[in-house]
Amino acid sequence: MDVSSHDVLLVGGGGAGLRAAIAAAEVNPQLSIAVVSKVYPMRSHTVSAEGGAAGVIKEDDSLDEHAYDSISGGDWLCDQDAVETFVKEAPQELLQLERWGCPWSREPNGHIAVRAFGGMKKRRTWFAADKTGFHMLHTLFQTSLRFDPITRYDEWFVTKLLVDEGRVQGVVAIELMSGRIQAITAKAVILCTGGCGRIFPFTTNANIKNGDGMALAYRAGAPLKDMEFVQYHPTGLPFTGILITEAARSEGGYMLNKDGYRYLQDYNLGKPQPKPVLRSMELGPRDRLSQAFVSEDQKGRTIQTPYGSIVHLDLRHLGEKVINTKLPFVRELCMKYQNIDPVKELIPVRPVVHYMMGGVSTDIDGATPLAGLYAAGEVACVSINGANRLGSNSLPECLVFGARAGKAAALFAAQQKVPNGSVLAQATDERKRLESQFLFKTGGRERISTIREGMQTTVEKCAGIYRDGASLAEGADTLRQLQERFADINLDDHNRTFNTELEAALELGFMLDVAESIVQCALHRTESRGAHQRTDFPARDDKRFLAHSIVHRNPDGSSRVELLPVKITRWAPGERVYGELSQTNEPPQAVLTRKAG
Amino acid sequence: MRQEIVKAAPAYTEFHPRWYRAPVSVYWWLGQWRYLKFILRELSSLFVASFVVITLLQVRALRNGPEAYSRFQHWLQSPWMIALNLVSFLFVVFHTITWFNLAPRAMPIWVRGKRLPEFLVAAPNYAIWLVASVVIAWFVLR
Amino acid sequence: MADKIILEVARYSPEQDTKPCFATYEVPVHKEWVVLDALNYIKDKVDGSLTYRWSCRMGICGSCGMMVNGEPKLTCATFLSSYAHNGNKIRVEPLRYFPVVRDLVTELSDFLVKLKKVKPWLIRKDTVPLSQGEFLQTPEQLDYYKQFSMCINCTLCYSACPVVGLDPKFVGPAAIALAQRYNLDSRDQGAVERIAVLAHPEGIWGCTFVGECTKVCPKHVDPAGAIQQYKLNAVLDWLTSFLMPRGHNSQDVKP
Repeated sequence: MDVSSHDVLLVGGGGAGLRAAIAAAEVNPQLSIAVVSKVYPMRSHTVSAEGGAAGVIKEDDSLDEHAYDSISGGDWLCDQDAVETFVKEAPQELLQLERWGCPWSREPNGHIAVRAFGGMKKRRTWFAADKTGFHMLHTLFQTSLRFDPITRYDEWFVTKLLVDEGRVQGVVAIELMSGRIQAITAKAVILCTGGCGRIFPFTTNANIKNGDGMALAYRAGAPLKDMEFVQYHPTGLPFTGILITEAARSEGGYMLNKDGYRYLQDYNLGKPQPKPVLRSMELGPRDRLSQAFVSEDQKGRTIQTPYGSIVHLDLRHLGEKVINTKLPFVRELCMKYQNIDPVKELIPVRPVVHYMMGGVSTDIDGATPLAGLYAAGEVACVSINGANRLGSNSLPECLVFGARAGKAAALFAAQQKVPNGSVLAQATDERKRLESQFLFKTGGRERISTIREGMQTTVEKCAGIYRDGASLAEGADTLRQLQERFADINLDDHNRTFNTELEAALELGFMLDVAESIVQCALHRTESRGAHQRTDFPARDDKRFLAHSIVHRNPDGSSRVELLPVKITRWAPGERVYGELSQTNEPPQAVLTRKAG
Repeated sequence: MRQEIVKAAPAYTEFHPRWYRAPVSVYWWLGQWRYLKFILRELSSLFVASFVVITLLQVRALRNGPEAYSRFQHWLQSPWMIALNLVSFLFVVFHTITWFNLAPRAMPIWVRGKRLPEFLVAAPNYAIWLVASVVIAWFVLR
Repeated sequence: MADKIILEVARYSPEQDTKPCFATYEVPVHKEWVVLDALNYIKDKVDGSLTYRWSCRMGICGSCGMMVNGEPKLTCATFLSSYAHNGNKIRVEPLRYFPVVRDLVTELSDFLVKLKKVKPWLIRKDTVPLSQGEFLQTPEQLDYYKQFSMCINCTLCYSACPVVGLDPKFVGPAAIALAQRYNLDSRDQGAVERIAVLAHPEGIWGCTFVGECTKVCPKHVDPAGAIQQYKLNAVLDWLTSFLMPRGHNSQDVKP
């Protein structure tokens, strides 16, 4: 078997991965760094982020306010030491990106411009027009080209982490171009593979977001954290999952059910007014809107389409002029990718999965409990997002914890011995597994797409916007059956060269494991908090659950959920105030008495 | 269904990608009008050259005296030469128009931080062309 | 609008074929379906071995460029319905002028080598500590290069450029546009370092200004414009080097 060796190995080449690679190269230019990515790095999903990146920069703002917004928005499930580190380093990282050429939008005097963003009480969101993630990713990618210690493995798909003597010592990967399966050993491995939105049927996430890194870590023995917290966005286009920004509603868009009725008035969200009113009707909090959709759907008042139930977002009354000047990007996305003109037509929308708060459990240096394994970005759970991520925190999270993980891994790698030969035997076994169970297997009866659709429907049904014990238990059973059916999978494609069907099968395997961890965590958390809403346990329960869910994989493939107390440094959970506000389920707006020190 | 499957030769060897490189046809520019247009614009240089050659011949005829010049004039009046000149003229007009339409892209003009719209850059070109043509016509035809 | 359409898809497996051939598939037409959705339909329901790249399905990742009826297109932004009248057939091929790895997948590493050659990163002669804050840049200065920063590396422009087809060494539209993106950035000081690669027969002088790169660009980057502007400045630079032999560089043309 072929082997190549590096000091630090990145799995994933998006925002976090490239930032980590550059950080490692800067810490120690002697190190050999590998970026292994299943797509060319500039294709990574960071590219799709539109809104912006939060970092305190203006004089009327403070780090404490950013921290507080994040912690309260996260329904007190954030680790506060991590949040404090995050808010402190975010502006530095964003500034560093400016130094590398990121075209941040500017004020007339040439300084960085910041804008307001949902959940952030001060203007602190840096943006590069409406393509922030795109510009950040391309800036990072182009900058990474000048670092010679960085070797890229573009379009290599990692199938397994190599673990020996309790330490991660590399990966097994398939070079898609040739089909070669080989070991790439390393003294430290950083997972930066992003989230897992594709487990769900309706998602804004790109096709590549299959929870690869989460499953790799989980199978290798590193626990996952807070997997039950999945963020929905109330208005995505069905089928494509393209996100229609909140701005469409704040400009005066109506949400209509199948009778053309503004149904939100039935959900304690105010009365319809001719002009949009902040925090009422269509401008109510995101989760309330998503929950109202579920209720309408149960009452049979949504519209049935081949892509599931939808409601309509109506912008027609705004007129072409307002839409063109205020919402040009919304119109462009609808017309270019969904063939709908919002000037003349109703936009079909529904809640779509947007972001995974949970992930591989790490400390504030990105280190997992498994020696030599690090994680950063959406794949990781540090946790700064708690039970609900605030918009514009995820891009700086990639940078801050990407850089921290890169540095920590570089320091760790410098102290390690070269990986030993026994991992190569594991790699050979892995190659045999891939060949016998997938590539050259014949006679299987299940199609990938059938099992994938089964998984998506199951997870949406049991671990969607609302959950309850009975449906979660049922979902867990169905997932187990799907796992069994997955063993009987059949591939049409037995070529080695660029076998995307093999890749899809392995991704499906990853997703099934991650789906199970989501359902198990959701079953275990018998309370409602942030994005996790249990109809059978509608209240927050700080007594038992001011804690992270830590899910381990047992040797037999089953899972075991434990609790790990949340780290509180300076901000005590605002129970009373939140209790009242939880009737509306929105992040607390009132500033709480802070516990100093 | 595959319409055609040919066994590989030279043989594919495992793990060595064997890329297919499509040959570029000599007539790649014939299929689509936009590429044909480009080739015609390139071709127009030959006709510009023909104008230059005719002018040089004209100078030679002038130097060789009135008789040579009237022979030259007679030659110019032949149907072939009129046809050539007409075609050349059309090509030169084609070149000018396509070039003026491309010019704003090659020379963007920024005024107070805003890029001038393309037609504002192209229009003066056309205006100068028109004025120059009128002036020349006035000299020639008066 | 027809409810079915025929897709003729180029298939090539190096393990079995010596050259590509076409396979035909009948796919349903829905209003919101793009060519990429039809390919996904085939892969999921009919033939799992159909091979192509895709990811975001919203025109920003740059993966899904293919030739659709002979034109380079992002297949996530090309509706089936706009071809439904056209004899009900759509021909899908890999992007022209690139070596084909398999089916609709082209070889991309050559483009990345070219991209790296033009040094598409911010070059500074000084080192300014982060504590001194951001480099100032007015919105006007940002506008000056912004168009060229919108490139998603989809390589449609390479498939539209006959020079790329005839001379594989040509650096090509996207890479030159990205070089110019940094040349025009008020924070960059590296224009001189990029001259050797750009002002070269395989750089800007390879371009014959066909202009198609700009027309097929899904992000309105205008590589043709970038190249011609660079040519003009290179000529000015050459001319002024006679007048002022020292210390002049027209490629430093930032506002």
